[in-house]
Amino acid sequence: MTLIDTDRPPTVPAKEWRARKPSLLLEGDHDLCSGCGEPIALRSLLEVIEELGWADRAMAAVGIGCYTALTPLLDVDMVQALHGRAPSVATGLKRMRPDRLVFTLQGDGDMVNEGLQEVLHSAARGEAITCVLLNNGVFGETGGHMTATTVLGQRTKNTLEGRDAKYHGHPISMTDLLPPLGGVSYVARGTVTTARDVERTRRYLRRALEAQIAGDGFSFVEILTMCPTGWFIPVTEGPGYLNDTIAPVFRTGEFKADGKIVETQK
Amino acid sequence: MSRLVTTRGTVTIDVERCKGCELCIPACPPGVLSMSTARNDRGELYPLLSPGCTGCGACYYVCPDLCFAIYQYNKPQEIEVPA
Repeated sequence: MTLIDTDRPPTVPAKEWRARKPSLLLEGDHDLCSGCGEPIALRSLLEVIEELGWADRAMAAVGIGCYTALTPLLDVDMVQALHGRAPSVATGLKRMRPDRLVFTLQGDGDMVNEGLQEVLHSAARGEAITCVLLNNGVFGETGGHMTATTVLGQRTKNTLEGRDAKYHGHPISMTDLLPPLGGVSYVARGTVTTARDVERTRRYLRRALEAQIAGDGFSFVEILTMCPTGWFIPVTEGPGYLNDTIAPVFRTGEFKADGKIVETQK
Repeated sequence: MSRLVTTRGTVTIDVERCKGCELCIPACPPGVLSMSTARNDRGELYPLLSPGCTGCGACYYVCPDLCFAIYQYNKPQEIEVPA
């Protein structure tokens, strides 16, 4: 089999179309599992911040979850918040430093289970921050237990027969709660399963950060990520499981743009 | 006998970073990535590149371990492979 040398850049004239990582991500390995979707989402966010020219003026409040293990690799000023409290911390950061681009990084367990009121109140106040929700439907860091966004029928560590509405209640969709609030400027949901979806998610992140830069109010992007470890499935089946099980319930697309509710998603 | 394969781009792969999730293999539109038989220092298999890459970046987008950098040739290369 003929193979191409992939250890070093090509010797014939070529342009580097995509660097391996954005410069806001420092050198070093991350410790997240094989097949995890969170590093893809985080890299997309950092790339968009760089493209917008805010790399040296970005600040973040981070919740508690697997993605917290990535924060030592980020070249971004960062505050570790209590579980679920990142939007309130980000509110303080933005009010003290209105010249900065302030975003939060939270998981579904952190934002929807532990601190739902924090994000709702921050949104209703119209704080000029961008909240990013990495939603994989499980408490990944503690071993794959059910969260408030686990879809009905999904198998997790404490819903072994699948989530049953009668015993476990119904999932909460952030894109149903946030758009009606007056202070909210932008709401969207994307995934990271295919190259096309990652590109679309980058577009949502860009529009959300642009809404903050324009001073339009609160902006929110939810990103559905794979967690094959927490879902108890082989790594290669992660994107397919997300597309077949979670994406039909949590539709992707823009739900509110320029302060107006968008009626039709894809 | 041999044939020429048009190759518009290439990638560099940081194989020591790879955790062997294999998400890049089905993501590659021309299907020129395949898994190795050797293992890296982590003990994982990693992707190898055959001629025919278009430099589209699909592997770069889906890789959770940020292994790929994408290069697009200024002029497409014709690479000779056994038929």
